[in-house]
This record gives sequence, structure tokens and C-alpha cells, in this order.
Amino acid sequence: MELWEKNKLLHARAAFGSALPAFERPLPMQDVVKELFAVKEFEALQVVSEQEWMAYDPKAMKAAGETAKLREMKQEFKSKTIDLNLMWLKQMVETSYPLLEKTALFWHGHFATRNDNPYFDQLLLHELRKNALGNFGDMLRAVSKSPAMLQFLNNRQNKKSHPNENFAREVMELFTMGRGHYTEDDVKEAARAFTGWNFDETGSFVFRERQHDAEPKKFLGKKGNFNGDNILDIILEQKQTALFITQKIYRYFVSDEKVNDKHVTELAGRFYESNYDIASLLRDIFSADWFYSSTTVGAKIKSPIELLTGYRRLIPMYFMNDRTLVYLQRVLGQLLFYPPNVAGWPGGKSWIDSASLATRMRLPEALLGARELDLSMKDDGDMMANHKTGSGDYSVRRNFRTGNMMVNWDTYLGFWKKYPKDNLPDSLASFLLPVSIGTKQLQEVDGFADKASDESYIKSLTILLMALPEYQLA
Amino acid sequence: MTLSRRKFIQLSSLGSASLMVPEFLKGFGYSPVPLAGNKVLVVVQLSGGNDGLNTVIPYRNDLYYKARPRLGIRKENAFTLSDEAGLHPKLPGLKALFDDARLAIINGVGYPQPDRSHFRSMDIWQTGSSPREVLQTGWLGRYLDGAGMGNDHSAMAIEVDDTLSLAMKGAEKSGIAVTDIRSFHENSSNSYFRKLASHDEEHHAKLADYLYKTLRNTGSAADYIYAQSKIYNSTATYPATTLGRSLHTIGSLIISNAETRVYYVSHGSFDTHVNQADRQAKLLPQLDDALTALVTDLKLNNRFNDVLIMTFSEFGRRVAQNASNGTDHGTASNMFLISGGLKRAGLYNPFPSLEDLDEGDLKHQIDFRQVYATILDKWLQADSKEVLGHKFDHLSFI
Repeated sequence: MELWEKNKLLHARAAFGSALPAFERPLPMQDVVKELFAVKEFEALQVVSEQEWMAYDPKAMKAAGETAKLREMKQEFKSKTIDLNLMWLKQMVETSYPLLEKTALFWHGHFATRNDNPYFDQLLLHELRKNALGNFGDMLRAVSKSPAMLQFLNNRQNKKSHPNENFAREVMELFTMGRGHYTEDDVKEAARAFTGWNFDETGSFVFRERQHDAEPKKFLGKKGNFNGDNILDIILEQKQTALFITQKIYRYFVSDEKVNDKHVTELAGRFYESNYDIASLLRDIFSADWFYSSTTVGAKIKSPIELLTGYRRLIPMYFMNDRTLVYLQRVLGQLLFYPPNVAGWPGGKSWIDSASLATRMRLPEALLGARELDLSMKDDGDMMANHKTGSGDYSVRRNFRTGNMMVNWDTYLGFWKKYPKDNLPDSLASFLLPVSIGTKQLQEVDGFADKASDESYIKSLTILLMALPEYQLA
Repeated sequence: MTLSRRKFIQLSSLGSASLMVPEFLKGFGYSPVPLAGNKVLVVVQLSGGNDGLNTVIPYRNDLYYKARPRLGIRKENAFTLSDEAGLHPKLPGLKALFDDARLAIINGVGYPQPDRSHFRSMDIWQTGSSPREVLQTGWLGRYLDGAGMGNDHSAMAIEVDDTLSLAMKGAEKSGIAVTDIRSFHENSSNSYFRKLASHDEEHHAKLADYLYKTLRNTGSAADYIYAQSKIYNSTATYPATTLGRSLHTIGSLIISNAETRVYYVSHGSFDTHVNQADRQAKLLPQLDDALTALVTDLKLNNRFNDVLIMTFSEFGRRVAQNASNGTDHGTASNMFLISGGLKRAGLYNPFPSLEDLDEGDLKHQIDFRQVYATILDKWLQADSKEVLGHKFDHLSFI
């Protein structure tokens, strides 16, 4: 594999695709890796201030009998989850630290919650981004105690008199060890240990001693008067936790389909030894010889967020109405902060069906060209949610109109204009596509291009290549 | 006989895109493509949580009126189904089907430990999971995965929508989402996409093969559906609503089409927290009109016996009304099953108790997966245990 191809592969997986300069001046791999991890600043994303959250008091308004105002206030408040969605999406496009956001996106699917509460979403996202490349144990503890998780998996309803097993089950099944590594009794005992976990009106974690079951418990072969923190510690002591997380990380960064058990076992061993240092695990992967092999190339299907962010990092696009980006996330099947269920987005082949593939193939033309995309979004039945995500009634077909956006081609065109025309198809294909396509196919693609001018040639070739099935891969 | 006729139509439809039903076939008194025996399922999803208690009304029960002093529908306003039960006044078509023994109403359908979140409960209904497990494929998708049984047609399952529901996604196979047959065909006939689809070169990545296969399947499904729509485009009158147009598409395809076994369409939103009466009075007649048109069309073309229409919603609503003349998220609700081929029509079972409630909500009597299992085994000739992971007791409506 050539150095340029290695650069491209790493940018596709650890970031949101290659930037133009890297095409001409690939860097030694250790430098690319170093740069990806050199996160110098961390910007918190905020749509609701603590004061605003404290002032948000629907109960008081309900008591005052102001029903109409109450509804308006609720809707206004809930719509801020979409503001947070767009703010994060923008961050992904503009950031100098794409690995941080890409990894945070992984954790966002891993610790999937859906609360209709922008303040809780914001707090949880903060923990995920802050710890994205930090320590998994720290992140697990912070997430478990965040109001988004306490509410979503009902741990705040988990009381001594009436245990609720939801969190205790999912923390093992989905967040740490995976099915088959604990018993139903372990779930029951862990639920007892988590009793009394709650949050106060500021959203801060509180431990309500009176609701806690302080009696002895038996969990994963150990006995003691465990509390929730002890349970998380015991879970982190299990090597299975390191293995489970490593498998999932591997699927996200290396391959949707083929999991090399030997590599995963080795990685997981070192991840465990490092006491769950996420950056070490990723550096381990990106520095491995086996990562830069033909089995890795094209072994991922881009998620909708990766796809959209990839376009926008390459060719800047401005949307008059940024709700367009909500629409695009919905028709492509991944709306941030609205995972399909507690297991997050399944990813891989599940991104693709006849409809989503057709949308993906028509999207470049819609975004960069001059065609409209006339697709209606799926209604998720929730009147409030529809209001805030702008889907509304079935009868309202909201389509994507190109007149509502501007594309800035300047940098992109300036870059490719330097290239001789006969080399363009080859160069653009090797820049844009993660895998090579046959000469015959490339000629066919070229046959559809608009050769009226240098500009139209570069633009049309770009759109045609981005419409290829291969472009959906990473 | 059926086979040769079907073959004839298939061949001719491929031969000429503009082919209409040959006059001589009509002359023999055949409906366009009478393919008796090919069982078809039409799923109508009522999104948002339709209020079952104001759809099928327990009008003999004082508790109902007590819980809903303003929202309760009075006996004299409802259609009479039995001494106990009435039907929402805006459902005259369903009332006629009920009288005709073509409608089965199953009460109190739900699942244990009900979840009152739209998305989680819809997830459970669409994947056919237990409330404790999270599945990432849909029940109809898994039917497509396993159903095969030699039938790998690209248009086995069609959803009339722009995006595909989880219910229709399997691990390897998925349904086809199409709203407008003509533009679906035009889009997929884009010469560039066709050129790409025709590629038989080996791809450098295995996943690329999967994408090209999906592309080819979409193309052949688009061709097939388009050709079928040319054979027969129902001239029956359907209401000019979104649901009406969708059911018109479905009706036309059922009548012309040999291969599609499952159709899926959604209607809503029924999330009636506020001013429920108005919203139901708008949405239910849309449902009633569209279903009536479809049934009429199917009857006329002798397909009603082979088509089973099933409605469901992710949950019913709280027994007691709220302060905004609406109802909040609840649990069990009723399902409608409509067909000319029902074995048992009418009120399938009594109402769930309005006294013995679970935090103000109905306790379910029938697990929705029993309905699925019945349909999978007895209607679609599939293996419900394979699709649902467990064996569920059958119901006797078919």
C-alpha cells in the first residue's frame, strides 16, 4: 500500500475523509497519527445555560393553569435538542480535531439515550466528548450518573422498596460485557446496588441513602455491601468488558464485517492493561501494520453523519435553513440524539436498503448540482417530536430545494484545475473513492461527465464519483 | 392453468411496457390477473398511539364514562357492534365490514411490561421483540430473510413511503420503499445508475458487492412494479388523501401483481394529547374511506379472499382523559383484521377490564406476537418460530 493510500485510509476512519493537501503531500504515518491525537483545546457545546434550565419550570406553570403557554414553552424548550444536533454537526465539519468528534460519535451510539431534554442531552454529550479519547472507566461512571442516563434507563425510579432493573441490565448487556457474561441474578443484585441513584433539580447526581438497599449482595461471584460504584468497578475488573468494547471499537474503526479475533484479543489485552485508555487503544489500531491492508480498505459503510460531514468538510455548503440538515439526517436514517433504540444505530449493512441507497446516490447531485430531492420524512408518531424536528403531517411533503443553499467550490476547483484534464478522472477517483474501480468503469463514469468547461468537468466528475456505490464505503 | 396465465402476463408485460390487459382475457370474464391462492398481507400502521377505547367503545361500562367525562363517546352516537361494544361514529365502512363478517376486532393487544415511549414501543412492535430485548431487524424483514422458500423476488415486500420502516428490514433482505411508482422507476432508470447496475466486474471490496446487489435489486423491483402498474391501474375511486393514494397504489399492485406478499403503509399521527376528539374525527374517516375503497376494489377483482389487512398502533392511550381534552400514552389497544378469508370475524374477545388497571392503563390480554405468529404461519406460510424466536399460540381469526 502506498503512503498516500495509507493516509487516505486513516483519514477515512479516524476522521471524516481526506483534506485536499494530503493528496499531494502525504505525511509519514506516525506524523498523521500524532496529529490526530494532538487535541489542544476542547470546546463545550451549549444550547441551554444552567440558568435557563433552572428557570424552566413546567410544573409551576401548570399549577398556575397556563396551559397554552405551557405547551409553547415545552415545545420551544424541546426544540433545542435539534439546536444541539446542528451545533454538533457544525462542530464536526469545522473542527481541527476530527478524531475527537468521530470517537464521540461512536460513544453517542454506544451510550444511546433519548430524553427530549436538551439540557440532559447537552450534559451527556459533554461527558462523551470530554472523555472520548480519555479513560473508559471514567466515562462509564460519568455517563451512569448523568441525568440523561438516570432518566432514560429508569435508574432514578430504582428504589429499595421497588427495584427497577433497566439500567442494571443494559449497563452489562450493551455498555460493558455483552450478553452471556452475567446471570439474571447478577442483574437483580446489581439493580439493588444501584438503588438510591438520582439527580437533583440542577441535573447533578445525588445519592439518596434512604432509598438505597444497603444489605449484602452477590455479584459476579463476589459478596459485599455493594453500591452502584462498586458494581461499575467490578464490571471494569472483568476482562470481558475490555474485549466487548474493543470488538465494538474495531467494528466502528476497522471493519463492519470481518472481525479478526486474534487482533481483537491482542488489542483488548493491551486496553485492559492500560486501565481502559481509549487513546492508547486507538493509537494501537492506527499504528498496526495489519490495519493498512487490503482487507481493511472499503470494509466500512459510511454512516449518514459521516457521509454528510465528509461532503461538507471537502466542499463547504451553506444552508439557508439549517433544518435542511435535519431533513437529510432523517431521510438517510441517522438523526443525532434520536437513536432508534437503546442499542444505538446498528450500522454496517443496515444503513443500506433500496430507498436509502437511492437517496445516497442522488444526494451529490442534489447537494452540489441542480436537482431537487423530493422525499418526505418518516413521521415518528410523536406530535411534539414532529413539531420540533419539522416533519409534521404526512400530508406535508417537505422536499429539499437546492435554491435554499449555497456551495462554495472555490478551493476545490482551484485545487483540481492544476491537474491536466486527461488525468482528472484517475486523480479524482483515487482521491474520492476508498477503493479503486476498474478502468472500464472509470471510462464509463467519464462518459457521463460534462466537458463543456474545466469547471463543469471537475464538478460533474466529482458528482458522478460521489454517486457511486463505492463512495458509500470508507 | 393459473401458472400459465400468470406466465403469459409476465412475459407480455416484459415485452411491452405499455401493455394493457388483453381484450380477449377480459372477454373471458377474467379480472385482470386472477391469482387466487396467493395470500397477501397489508399492514396499516397507525402512528402515534391510536386511542383504542374511543375507536371500539365499551359503552355499557360506567367506568369508561367516569374516566372520560368529556371525551367519552355516547352510546347513541356510536355504531352498535354488540350489547357491550360500539364503533367510532366516523367508521361506517368498518361497521359495514363488521356486519358482513369481514372484520375481526381483537381487543387488549399488547405485551408484558409495556413501554409508554413512542419510539421504544414502536420499536417493539416493528421488530417483534420482547420488551426485554432489543432487536435490530424487523419482523417482516426476518420473514423476507428466511421466508425465501424459493421466492427471492426483489419486490416481495413493498412499503408505500419514501423511507423504509425497521419492520421491513432484515439482516440480508429488505422491502422496497416506493411512493410514486413512476418517479421511482424514472429515478432508477437514470441511465447512469443503470450503467452502474449492469456492472459484472468483480469489486475490490466485499461490501461493494452488497451495494451493487442492492442497486440491481432496486432496479429490477422498479421495473417489475412499473410493469405491473401498467397491467392494471385501478380505475376504482379512492379518496384523495395520502392514505387513499397509497392504498390505491397497493390495490392496483395486488390486483396486477403475482409476487408481492407484504404491503406496508402508515397513517397518523394519532398522538392525541390535546383535543383528541377533533383529531380522531379527522384521521379515522380517512382510514375508513381508504380501507373501504381498497376492499371494494379487491372484491370487484376477486382478490378480497386472499388479502388480509391488519391495523396496529404502538400503544393505546390512558383510560382517563387528561386536562387538555386528550389522552396520554397508554398500553394495550385493539387491532383490526380485515379479509374476505377470515375464519372468525366479529369481536374476537371481550374488552380488557377498566377496573383492574396497571398504573391507569389497560392490562393486555393478547400478545401482539400471537397475531404475528398466526399471520406468519397460517397466512404467509412462513415459520413463525424462526421469525419471532419463540413459539406463540395461534389465534383463530384465519
